[in-house]
Amino acid sequence: MKNRLGVVTLFALIMIFIFPMFAWAAEEGIDTGDTAWIIISTALVFLMVPGIALFYGGMVRQKNVLNTMMMSFICLGVITIQWVIYGYSLAFGSDIGKFIGDLSYFALNGVGLEPSGTIPHQLFMVFQMMFAILTPALITGAIVERMRFPAYLLFLVLWATLVYDPICHWVWGGGWLMELGALDFAGGTVVHISSGVSALVAALVLGKRKGYGTERLVPHNIPYVVIGAALLWFGWFGFNSGSALAANGLAASVFVNTQVATGAAVMSWVLAEWLRHGKPTMLGAASGAIAGLVAITPACGFVTPMGSLVIGLVAGALCYFAVSYVKVKMGYDDALDVFGIHGVGGIWGALATGLFSVAEGAEGLFYGNATQLGIQVISVGATIVLACVATFVILKLVGAITTLRVDDEAEAMGLDVNEHSEKAYSV
Amino acid sequence: MVKIEAIVRPGVLEDIKEGLSKHGVHGMTVSQVMGCGLQKGRKEVYRGTEYSINLLPKVKVEIVLADKDADGVVEVIIKAARTGEIGDGKIFITKIDNVVRIRTGEKGDAAV
Repeated sequence: MKNRLGVVTLFALIMIFIFPMFAWAAEEGIDTGDTAWIIISTALVFLMVPGIALFYGGMVRQKNVLNTMMMSFICLGVITIQWVIYGYSLAFGSDIGKFIGDLSYFALNGVGLEPSGTIPHQLFMVFQMMFAILTPALITGAIVERMRFPAYLLFLVLWATLVYDPICHWVWGGGWLMELGALDFAGGTVVHISSGVSALVAALVLGKRKGYGTERLVPHNIPYVVIGAALLWFGWFGFNSGSALAANGLAASVFVNTQVATGAAVMSWVLAEWLRHGKPTMLGAASGAIAGLVAITPACGFVTPMGSLVIGLVAGALCYFAVSYVKVKMGYDDALDVFGIHGVGGIWGALATGLFSVAEGAEGLFYGNATQLGIQVISVGATIVLACVATFVILKLVGAITTLRVDDEAEAMGLDVNEHSEKAYSV
Repeated sequence: MVKIEAIVRPGVLEDIKEGLSKHGVHGMTVSQVMGCGLQKGRKEVYRGTEYSINLLPKVKVEIVLADKDADGVVEVIIKAARTGEIGDGKIFITKIDNVVRIRTGEKGDAAV
């Protein structure tokens, strides 16, 4: 007994001397300023998830507000687990054929505090996790007020695995689009085109809500929408500026570009509807902000503030046209306009990056380099194809396993009571 | 006895209450209602999609009183509620068979 205690003490003493050396070794190459900024940015991106829950929650009818919020909020649980078990590895593990990561980082094996750039590897992992959580939450705006919750959960896991993780690998994890030189600073293709296009496919597969085109399917709480948009705008500074992965001049210029484009998009959306309907609306201003944020996302690290201004001005009016004219003409029920804002805004942003980029060696068309625009077109096209095909297959698969849509009575009663046995407003 | 039901613009309620009070009438029931008639509706716009709203918010004032007091009260309401524009509302007057005051059990004119 005494002998064993001696061994333990000796071991502990040795560790006390050796461990700090390891710890010190791990700190080498890590910049404290960069680390601090990315920790804060990670928390900012996190806040976008409750932000999108409020943004969408306010836009549905009051009988569906909790189900709508739950579909976003549950991503914080589901994708956190998916990401640390295998999602991060699929996106950022060692490359297999430029298409997907391997399982070398399975269960965060080998993802420690060693430097990844100038920040701890685990910090990079959790920063990326927030993007992986937010992206499927964006899709839910298209499927609200009619999808069964269990079917949604199954869809969520499959979509994250088969759509998000591969596209993330293509663009940021060493995949073929990265090699091709596609520019996507903070997630125009990975986050917005992928979610926007998938949302359109999901809306088409699920079908229209009952009463679409005849009943008043209007927002029940626009102040929620405004709070949600404000949280999204705030969080987006971490989303875009944090994507510099450092606290430096680039991060500062991204911050400026994000603000300029978003302000411009608010104005162009509001002016467009003012001209067409005679009144500016609060919902329009909030929607314009999101359109601008989406459009500047891929471009924010490569363009000038004046380039951002033009990108934002076009984004607001273009997305307004997409939701108020194209959607009505085509007749699909993308309930909260995920395609109209994230899809259309994302595609515009990715192409605009190929027009306005001033990045050295990857200038845009307006700076004399047509090649970059071609590369951007390829990245947009590839993302659309994968998102369309995979989302369609996933929904057919989920539909074969369980029922996708609530029955007519449940839809009329509301999903809060039917899917969750609770009501948002009890008085 | 008669019941006077006046459906009026929400903005004139305070004037009606003041007029009735001066006229010596203190009992009434007021509710917020929606209705449509000759007045045109309005539109709401959400993300570029227009919805026409034909049911507009109105206020309904109900008063029960003795037959002889009815004409005077109707005059008071008209004076307070008339703007001359479409949408001023309507007044309905109906016969009431009986009235019971719950506290005392009094019936008829004594109960109103």
